[in-house]
Amino acid sequence: MNVEVTPLPGIGVRKDFSTRTGRRIGVVSQRDGHTELIVSKADDADACAASIPLTADEAGTLANLLGAPQLVAQLTEEHQDLPGISTKQLPIKPSGPFDGRTLGDTAMRTRTGVSVVAVARAGQVHPSPTPDFALTGGDLLVAVGTSEGLEAAAKILKYG
Amino acid sequence: MDHTALSLIELGAVFFVLGALGRLAGKIGLSPIPLYLLGGLCFGSGGLIPLTDIGGFTHLASEIGVVLLLLLLGLEYSAAELFTGLRRSWTAGLLDIVLNAAPGAAVALLLGWGPVGAMVMAGVTYISSSGIVAKVLGDLGRLGNRETPVVLSILVFEDLVMALYLPILTAVLGGVSLLGGLEAVGISLLVITVVLVIALKFGRYVSAAVDSPDREVFLLKVLGAALLVAGIASAMQVSAAVGAFLLGIAISGSTAENATHLLEPLRDLFAAVFFVVFGLNTNPASIPPVLGWAVVLAVVTTATKVGTGWWAARRQGIGKMGRARAGAALVARGEFSIVIAGLAVTAGAVTGELAALATAYVLLMAILGPTAARVVEPIARALQRKSATKTAPAEAN
Repeated sequence: MNVEVTPLPGIGVRKDFSTRTGRRIGVVSQRDGHTELIVSKADDADACAASIPLTADEAGTLANLLGAPQLVAQLTEEHQDLPGISTKQLPIKPSGPFDGRTLGDTAMRTRTGVSVVAVARAGQVHPSPTPDFALTGGDLLVAVGTSEGLEAAAKILKYG
Repeated sequence: MDHTALSLIELGAVFFVLGALGRLAGKIGLSPIPLYLLGGLCFGSGGLIPLTDIGGFTHLASEIGVVLLLLLLGLEYSAAELFTGLRRSWTAGLLDIVLNAAPGAAVALLLGWGPVGAMVMAGVTYISSSGIVAKVLGDLGRLGNRETPVVLSILVFEDLVMALYLPILTAVLGGVSLLGGLEAVGISLLVITVVLVIALKFGRYVSAAVDSPDREVFLLKVLGAALLVAGIASAMQVSAAVGAFLLGIAISGSTAENATHLLEPLRDLFAAVFFVVFGLNTNPASIPPVLGWAVVLAVVTTATKVGTGWWAARRQGIGKMGRARAGAALVARGEFSIVIAGLAVTAGAVTGELAALATAYVLLMAILGPTAARVVEPIARALQRKSATKTAPAEAN
């Protein structure tokens, strides 16, 4: 994907790309740390239909929402030849039972046989997390296992 | 009542009224600058309530206001940004100078203010208010628009031109000979080049010299450095404001960001005093005679700025609506027009009428600019429809 980076002197940087439908989507990163999601108008590609200010948390969450499913889809496709194995994204709820605790604390593998292969956080993917990986609310665990195992894992993350 | 008590009361009243005016400006979505000028007109000689005991403080405070205005302007840009901005926008920048300086100069010559007056008025009508423009673009959610970089690089160009123009103006206002003027220009060109090179290569060291983790120490160091540099520049006939601007450019990175945060409230305070002092020194009675010319200049220079923006945006392949937006965004004039007029009036090299014309003009443009940026889209769309209905029957024939 061709991301266009345009300096905005005195303000910051605009990074955007054109979608297949001709709309521009991107981000304006202001020098003072503010981030705006921008979406161009349908009838005037020069102008923005929306420019939505995002906090760091909101931007990270949006990035997870967009990025994690893609990762899961990719892994699912790779596991297609292995019957009985699927991939799922499991959220860590803010102020849930594992917010602020380590991956090891979930004892996921022992209790369900499910492997956590990656953690998506703020749009970044942390692959192969170790048991001492500290989880925070908003993280998405990318987990591989049997369907029953994954269901059990989701329950553990929800109720502890 | 003793003098100090009276001064404190007057100063307090002025600040309080300015605060109320600023709030009003925020409510109706305008820049507070025209209201500050109006406030100054009310409190000054010939105004509603003349205040006379705060001259000593306000004189120095308004000088500091100009230094801080330019320092923060410099802090906004890195030297690299200035160079790329210059490379990208110099043709549009030149057109901008020709189209927008000419009306001011022409009116000054028509009114018989001579070449010095012409030079001052050229600057007044040329320079857009980067403060107002940047704020309006942010408010209207246009930072992500494609024409916005075009607008911003024209602003960068204008600010750099100011760094050249102000020292020349100071020299001319000082009444130096042609040779002396050329010398001043030479010195300022040299100083500006040296500072830009230093900023580009050794900006880190300048930043490190003023940086400090302690807020208080940092504030004192930045402010001290700014006033020192401004004073030295002023003594070298390069204009205090330009010295501060160049120091701002030399400071970069996180130091610049911290300095901006720290100095913003100070700038707002002292710059407000500067606008008030300018208003104070202008007799409201002198405005009506020049109001007609101010309106003429406002109309003409609105058209020329829109033309500049349109042309610059078209060169970057922006659509018609975006070109109109770029033009309208540039219309606002404000702080620097007043800085220029202020320099001229303080030097005593121009007539009082010029201050009155500049005040009236900035009052009009500071209101017209944000309004133009807001209404440009509906107007452009209406014009497009009109031309569409006009061509449609022609096609039918």
